[in-house]
Amino acid sequence: MKRHLWTLAVLLSHWRRRPFQLMTLVIGLAVATALWSGVQALNVQARQSYDQAARLIGGDAFASLRPTNGTNFEQALYVTLRRAGWDVSPVIEGDVRIADRSIRIVGIDPVTLPQGAGPITRDALDDGPETADGSGESRAVRLLTAPSLALGDAETVAALGGVDTRPTLGNGGQLPPLVVATSLPPETLVTDVGVAQALLDQPGRLSRLILTAAPETRSQSLADLTGGALERVEPDDQGDLERLTDSFHLNLTAFGFLSFLVGLFIVHGAIGLAFEQRRPMLRTMRACGVSARALTAVMLLELTTISALAGIIGTVAGYVIASALLPDVAASLRGLYGARVAGELSLQPSWWLAGVAISVIGALVAAGSSLYRAWRLPLFATAQPEAWAGAEARARRWQLAAAVFLAAIAIGVLLQASGLVAGFVLMGSVLLAAALLLPSALVGLLAIAQRLVRGPVAQWFFADARQQSGGLSLALMALLLALAVNIGVGTMVDSFRQTFTGWLDQRLAAELYVGARDPARAADIADWLETRNDVDAVLPVWDAETRYRGFPVEVFGFSNHPTYSDHWPLLASLPDAWSEAEAGRAVLISEQLARRFALAPGDPIDIAAPGGDWDGTVAAIYSDYGNPRGQVMIAVDELVARFPHAERGNFAVRVAPEAVDTVMDDLTAAFGAGTVEVVDQRTIKDISQRIFDRTFAVTLALNTLTLIVAGIALLASLLTLADARLPQLAPLWALGLTRRRLAAMELIKAATLALLTALLAIPLGLAVAWILTNVINVEAFGWQLPVYAFPEQWLRLIVLALITAIAAAAWPALSLRRMPPTKLLKVFADER
Amino acid sequence: MNVRAVLFILLVFAVPAFAQGFAGLGTDAEGYSTVEPGRTFSFPVDHGPHEGFRIEWWYVTANLEDTDGNDYGLQWTLFRQALAPGEEGEGWESSALWMGHAGLTTGERHFSAEKFARGGIGQADVTAAPFEAFIDDWALTGDIAAEQAPDGDTMAEVAVNATGADFSYAMTLTTERAPVLQGEAGYSVKSDAGQASYYYSQPFYRAEGTITVDGEAIPVTGTAWLDREWSSQPLADDQEGWDWFSLHLPGDDKLMLFQVRSEDGSSYYSGTWFTPDGVATPLANDAITMTPLGTTDIDGRLVPTQWRLEIPSRDFEITTEALNPQSWMATTFAYWEGPIRFSGTHEGKGYLEMTGYDSD
Repeated sequence: MKRHLWTLAVLLSHWRRRPFQLMTLVIGLAVATALWSGVQALNVQARQSYDQAARLIGGDAFASLRPTNGTNFEQALYVTLRRAGWDVSPVIEGDVRIADRSIRIVGIDPVTLPQGAGPITRDALDDGPETADGSGESRAVRLLTAPSLALGDAETVAALGGVDTRPTLGNGGQLPPLVVATSLPPETLVTDVGVAQALLDQPGRLSRLILTAAPETRSQSLADLTGGALERVEPDDQGDLERLTDSFHLNLTAFGFLSFLVGLFIVHGAIGLAFEQRRPMLRTMRACGVSARALTAVMLLELTTISALAGIIGTVAGYVIASALLPDVAASLRGLYGARVAGELSLQPSWWLAGVAISVIGALVAAGSSLYRAWRLPLFATAQPEAWAGAEARARRWQLAAAVFLAAIAIGVLLQASGLVAGFVLMGSVLLAAALLLPSALVGLLAIAQRLVRGPVAQWFFADARQQSGGLSLALMALLLALAVNIGVGTMVDSFRQTFTGWLDQRLAAELYVGARDPARAADIADWLETRNDVDAVLPVWDAETRYRGFPVEVFGFSNHPTYSDHWPLLASLPDAWSEAEAGRAVLISEQLARRFALAPGDPIDIAAPGGDWDGTVAAIYSDYGNPRGQVMIAVDELVARFPHAERGNFAVRVAPEAVDTVMDDLTAAFGAGTVEVVDQRTIKDISQRIFDRTFAVTLALNTLTLIVAGIALLASLLTLADARLPQLAPLWALGLTRRRLAAMELIKAATLALLTALLAIPLGLAVAWILTNVINVEAFGWQLPVYAFPEQWLRLIVLALITAIAAAAWPALSLRRMPPTKLLKVFADER
Repeated sequence: MNVRAVLFILLVFAVPAFAQGFAGLGTDAEGYSTVEPGRTFSFPVDHGPHEGFRIEWWYVTANLEDTDGNDYGLQWTLFRQALAPGEEGEGWESSALWMGHAGLTTGERHFSAEKFARGGIGQADVTAAPFEAFIDDWALTGDIAAEQAPDGDTMAEVAVNATGADFSYAMTLTTERAPVLQGEAGYSVKSDAGQASYYYSQPFYRAEGTITVDGEAIPVTGTAWLDREWSSQPLADDQEGWDWFSLHLPGDDKLMLFQVRSEDGSSYYSGTWFTPDGVATPLANDAITMTPLGTTDIDGRLVPTQWRLEIPSRDFEITTEALNPQSWMATTFAYWEGPIRFSGTHEGKGYLEMTGYDSD
């Protein structure tokens, strides 16, 4: 035992002499762990919120009866079903605005709510008798008696003003007193169904029914009883949110994993170097009688301790990263999918353990070869501090072979496979193949350069750069990957932004968008608008919901107006697409729907509708970015005829641009803010852009962090190699090159390597962008994008790479410049 | 008397809050209408709900027999509970809560089921003329308009049905006789402290219909008994349960007896004896003796399913035996309720309900 401790102490003395190296190792591991566990924290938090939302009032355990069309139905259907012996419980759901927050209101009937229907009965209502008012009455009783209660999670209740406050809604209504209930999803308030109907301005309407049991002897079918207005949805089919957001989380995970890999490059480099530098020490200890087993065990212990420590630091940092990114993630999940995710992290202990574990496992994987070499260390081999770099050169053949193999995989995947996972496999093999090719490519380029230049110093410069690239190859690979992914993601985001902005301009052609909060007043509002001289047209924006082969689809009715035929962006269409659709013979479908079911213009399409299923032709395909569901556009008359329950509260209004403000003001004055909601084009565009920006904020942030990791890798490699460079430099100094000139050349060399890497990263980055927009986006979201080139972005990254390299090389160069000649002389004296 | 566990909402949702008297019946009645002696009953209005009172029920039991002479019993009950005093209100704002209980007893088996509903939305309600009491798909309905009803009795002929897991029944109940008033002209006292309810019955129903057990339909006939009761605070704080009998005596006499048990072991007794022509004789607290003779273990609860009942002033002494001693209503608020046979000075059938026998 004592011997083991001594061995450990000797091994650790290495780090004391090279604190930079230790720092590199710890930082590399910590950063890798931080990015990985940060992304995991975001995913876990989001999934936790989805689960809570799904579990809310039994969504995960009980089947539901949902309206076949629209989002709500007459309460009378509930009574009809109950009186026919159906064991159902009513739920109404909707969003309200409270102090600039969107809050989900869920109305329930505690009397019929099945036992075990999620957290409402078991956790929320059983939180015990509410004692805030000292009445001792149970929450169920308080929920049922005026003014009722609104149950929310602690975060939501605190944000709205705290327990027992009664915030006012945007539409003038007042919430019941707030109370805290555990296990509720974020930004959600649960109250009595009657109270919720009033808050949501939907008296007598319900959103769905929880189905506990249908009568055993069913004399009448559900369709008979409800006139086809309700359909049964099994609990398994309700996890749309989880499925829709899967791609988003897979993207996050992929980025987290990439960052982790880049981090492991650093760790592998640092450990490999430490092993080579400690080789004489290890040999001496073996000669002193420490067994190979004991030595390996102690090294394992050392590594585990360091990596656990780094894992703790990394996990804490991951928590910080996740906390910082969570608001953006939550905002984009809401913007894209309507998902509500808590704004504060609440993580299980298992997450923390996993963070430390991934650090330790990562370190062990990265150190595997070093540990193996320590185990098999030949006792009498001479110390070869530069052997590591030499091994890299020997490894290039293997790397080439692996790169060719990976490239073959990439081509195979591209030609044969489909699906999101295949997309990421493609991306991964392309990136790895490119990284493995990098050393050979650099050596090749430098060899060519060496042949092109004249003069011994210039030739030495390139020869030495070639020699040095071996030691730097891992760091340069990390830099290549980070730069390429940055270019790829940046190109994708900016291409998307350009496309999206143009698309919004075309699609949001109307000046005003008007929504009736009270559907009964919609016709009045439309009539009022029609009579105005400054209003050119009032176009219904009515919609209903259906499913096409199980895929949720919005059916959207449009009316005959140039606003559509002149502006609506079409990707592909038959001639006369608009007139065919207006005549009710054809439909226009969104890109998502077209891609998912391989529909092209001219193909037949059948649309399930309560007013009679409908067979039509696909007349055109249009872009519908940001919509996780499919969409179909049909003539508004067809919509009304086939979907009697379609939402008819919304209108797009064409107004002379100068009259926009007047119409908005007059409309609000005539109907009141509680009845009508009116938004101008500018505001909608702003909102859309904001959602867009927030959606990619996380991607861009992760991207930047990855680049920083690569920068650290480069810095670390240059710092650790600096010492080893002396034997190469001392002869030149002896031949008459000044220290100043040598230092300058060192700087230029680092910059040259970084520049070459950055230049190679550009084509790779474009490949990444192509894979993202044409493979991964299509699989994940259902839309394809044109790729635009953004050379100023590349320039920015090249400059950034150069700055990183120069900054990293500055310290070794500076110390070289100030190095006492004696030290350079000593190189010739030392035993090598 | 058949005071029910009616403050069921407290039990359904917050059992720990249930600390004052049996099923919260001993709670404060402030703000609710009070029960006073000397009320005049009027039909069909009194068949309907009495808003302002806290609790009310429509309660049917029937002793039935199939063609092979096998005995059965059934129960159908609808409870109304007001969560707040005064007008009940419309829609979801209604303060009325409804609970339905259904039971079916054979010699070997006992079935029970329950229903809950909010008032105000049409899921459960009672109307007096034509009479209809329903909760979900269970109903007790008459088909007689007010103007055609004899003496306003819209319940002279009613259909009753209920369905639960593995059982159902659909019966028709008919009578030519008027409802009878319990206690002092419908004023039924429950304790020395004066707690009371309004209480009338229809003990003279003939019953005919079909019961279904495990999918097998069995035609049955027999007698049935309707109880109607409403109050705002029918129990004293220290009363913890009761034992209630409805007995079909030979010669078509009818007898209702109950005791309400106090925590200190004492009981308050009451009863009413009806002749076939509806003449009622109230029985005072000291006129009745009730003695448990044997108990049945039902999941750890010792329930007295055999009794000796004595009314010395009327030369009445019988012993009762349950058709099925395991007639346990396994509802959210659970109790014993089932058909009985009796012998002694009088012989016949009846129904027994026992509450407050907890397993502790």
